[in-house]
Amino acid sequence: MTLFYLFAAVAVLASLLVIGQRNPIYSVLLLIASFGALSGLYVLLDAPFVAVIQIVVYAGAIMVLFLFVVMLLNAPQEDTEYDERVHPLLRPGPMRFGAALAIGLLVELVWALTRGTDTGGFPDGSVSSVAAIGQSLFTDYAFPFEVTSILILVAMVGAVVLARREGPR
Amino acid sequence: MPTLGDYLLLSAILFAIGTAGVFVRRNLITILLSIEIMLNAVNLTFVAFGRALGSADGQIIVFFVMTVAAAEAAVGLAIVIALFRHKESLNPDSFTMLKW
Repeated sequence: MTLFYLFAAVAVLASLLVIGQRNPIYSVLLLIASFGALSGLYVLLDAPFVAVIQIVVYAGAIMVLFLFVVMLLNAPQEDTEYDERVHPLLRPGPMRFGAALAIGLLVELVWALTRGTDTGGFPDGSVSSVAAIGQSLFTDYAFPFEVTSILILVAMVGAVVLARREGPR
Repeated sequence: MPTLGDYLLLSAILFAIGTAGVFVRRNLITILLSIEIMLNAVNLTFVAFGRALGSADGQIIVFFVMTVAAAEAAVGLAIVIALFRHKESLNPDSFTMLKW
């Protein structure tokens, strides 16, 4: 139980710091910490397969891609018309309106989630075995699984085409 | 013991943080990271509901969401690199070529 609150606190705090950092490198590293905490939450939810995938795919592959691009572009400063010394979350105008919208969304969600009946604890039996997930993935979800491979192929080709330099070499 | 409601609340908080990041930040990479935060909040909801309903389907949908997130990150970052070559800037306000 205390583990839940520990992981939840780390996830929320790291996510808040992600959107509060000026330098994108710190944002990426903090997001990895947030993903680690979420992975712990998946373990608490009896989903070890998702927890491992979270670490391997998200923290391992996607975040390395982000880190790679941040270092490739080498643009640590955010160039806006606002004063750079003011924290990004405290700047005027549309940003304050956007923050108000986000807070409104949070209030709405919390209100909607807390007014329902008490859900109680989780049932005892759980489907956590990797074998069951694999069985389901290759029978009931075989078609979406195969479509996923096409999606990845298209994303790979698209990324190469988009990031290629124009003109003759 | 934490209940399903606790996990849903945590997920709502993370989703709101991601939304705030998209609205407030003026850096394309941070905006993409905020989208990742939102996708993860939704993943947490799927796993929590799957656990509450005793079904493996929640975890399988998370698997698909992660694949889509990987594709989104790859294409999004390629677009960011292409935009940065044009304008030497990561501020979305500087890309107004299509604005009338």
